[in-house]
Amino acid sequence: MASPVRAALMITCLGDVFFPEVGVAMVRLLRRLGVEVDFPEGQTCCGMPLFNSGYRHDAALVAARTVKLFERAPHVVVPSGSCAWMVKTEYPGLLEHDPALRAAADSLARRTRELSQFLVEVLGVTRIDSPFEGKVTYHDSCHLLRGLGESAAPRALLRGVAGVELVELPGADECCGFGGSFSVRLPEVSSSILDKKLASVEATGARCVVACDAGCLMQMGGGLSRRGSAVKAVHLAQVLGGEDPA
Amino acid sequence: MSDAALRTPFPERAGAALKDAFLQEALKIATTKFIDLRRESFAGFPQGEALRDRARAIKEATLQRLDVHLERLADNVERLGGHVHWATTAEEARELVLRLCRERGVRMAVKSKSMATEEIDLNEALERAGVTPVETDLGEYIIQLAHEKPSHIIAPAIHKTKGQVAELFSRELRGEFPADPEVLTAVARKALREKFLQADMGITGANFAVADTGTVVLVTNEGNGRMVTSLPRIHVALMGVEKVIPSMSDLVVFLAILARSATGQKLSSYTTLVRGPRRAGELEGPEEFHLILLDNGRSRQIGSTLREALYCLRCGACLNVCPVYRQIGGHAYGHTYPGPIGILLTAMLKGNGAVRELAHASSLCGACKDVCPVRIDIPRMLVELREHLDREKIAPWTERMLFKAVRRLLLSPAAFRLSAALGRRLQRPFVRQGRLRGLPLVLGRWTRTRDLPPVAARTFRERWKELR
Repeated sequence: MASPVRAALMITCLGDVFFPEVGVAMVRLLRRLGVEVDFPEGQTCCGMPLFNSGYRHDAALVAARTVKLFERAPHVVVPSGSCAWMVKTEYPGLLEHDPALRAAADSLARRTRELSQFLVEVLGVTRIDSPFEGKVTYHDSCHLLRGLGESAAPRALLRGVAGVELVELPGADECCGFGGSFSVRLPEVSSSILDKKLASVEATGARCVVACDAGCLMQMGGGLSRRGSAVKAVHLAQVLGGEDPA
Repeated sequence: MSDAALRTPFPERAGAALKDAFLQEALKIATTKFIDLRRESFAGFPQGEALRDRARAIKEATLQRLDVHLERLADNVERLGGHVHWATTAEEARELVLRLCRERGVRMAVKSKSMATEEIDLNEALERAGVTPVETDLGEYIIQLAHEKPSHIIAPAIHKTKGQVAELFSRELRGEFPADPEVLTAVARKALREKFLQADMGITGANFAVADTGTVVLVTNEGNGRMVTSLPRIHVALMGVEKVIPSMSDLVVFLAILARSATGQKLSSYTTLVRGPRRAGELEGPEEFHLILLDNGRSRQIGSTLREALYCLRCGACLNVCPVYRQIGGHAYGHTYPGPIGILLTAMLKGNGAVRELAHASSLCGACKDVCPVRIDIPRMLVELREHLDREKIAPWTERMLFKAVRRLLLSPAAFRLSAALGRRLQRPFVRQGRLRGLPLVLGRWTRTRDLPPVAARTFRERWKELR
């Protein structure tokens, strides 16, 4: 028998503090699929908040730390497209000044995948046994879609759940208005973008809007609960993970 | 926008735009239409992607030898009997036009749509000098009548609904006009015909200028550009120096993607190629042709962070897809060039201090980069611009302190854990039905319109132990 796939979980700051249930669902799912899951405990955040606001040097310090923490992991799985994008496309440039770190960053970039990509590309899975039922719609997170070029894997996985009916979200590829610190720097603009997104979500008649990014889930979930909507914002891992969060 | 209006902070300008129901309606209809047209156009044009790469490569290469191409352009324009003027600053460019007006006794100038003339505030300068500028592009005509500025690079009156235009025309042109675009266009056409015949000078911008042949290229849809360049006795074209391209075969590449990106057309209705003034034996065309090459801060960016912004074709595609532009429109940005590319161009023309707030007017969603015909990496450049704001201490010190604190938190797992525990205690008074509401300080900006999930009773890190 082939030796099991081993993967380290990069939980992300938002995932750790605000959405632990996503991480738990992810661990259960991966184990069910035969993956040996590690969790390097020194991890904090990928540094994207610093990077996006222009604090490049500070982000590089965080990147250097993260690169070392995950040095030995054969695979790194991230439940957020934006954090995976940060590691894969920005870390090498951030650590350019130090050849050893740069090499480690290049290596980490190759080993890191967003959850849906890991499931489809590494494990080769698209049919997952889950009790989750009902009509759902999918929101493309900007960094997963345009940054990592991924729109097929999450949809394939959702279609692969027997009880799930996936309906396309009009304007699925449009930003939800989160944008990290953008959401508090320009809260009115951010909320106006969100309102349009949520109106589209509600018009689909889906019971859940699924996304692969903690930022989008915080934004859409926060808007949905404020407007008293019956629709829930859930992470792909929760749909696949065998629990029904909604 | 006037300096006084710019003193209103950007978030307030944006907030006012969000409350403007007419603007919201107009923006939604127009940007959605542009997005769909562009998408359909490229969907039926498989070679488009390769042409975009090619166009980008041409811009890149041309900028590396900009001086050579400009000299060649100037030589060829002069060989055709035209005059070439170099303007380092906006003021120099204005003065060049005003001098021509004075020396040639110009009383009225008709204009075709040009962002470069907006950039140098030419209309105001002409008016002060007693020359009447008349905008002849329908959108520009509308906003000139309304005493406003363009709010979109290619659709200057995008912020107005047809009802508002009918009201404006009825008031300014004295009549009772219905909110019917065809009727309103006919009204404008009739009013403008006389101006074309009266004007002594025609003023245009340039979409491209071909160095090899001395050709100035105008891409328009209304036919007014052609009359501006051929009816008055003097034609003045004002172009940013980055608009030069080496050859006619390069022009073909750009023409194939420009209109598709802007309006979804294969080609615009008119592509006008101007080569100098009327020559002996020709029946039409101006007696004099002047080309003004405007630098205004451009050439010093060739070696800098903002270099890629010089590739911009001014198609407006990045505005249409930008979630921020789609909410607030162009005027709230407060400068000549709105939208994501406008932030970069404003930094280029007016310095980093001018974009302290605007540099953050983007969620970095990347939609702009995706549609840009020359693939300008606008999100990356915005992040780089933000770096400059930090390094040059233009960003507020409170913000810089806050991010230094964030850095410390992210570099120490112990501090990170502690802050989660602290958050859990501090959030208690704000938890309503499992959600956070009415948070103070900066977090209040979130909770005014959205709920926040509370810090979990047990973080993932704490739950991991039992998952093991």
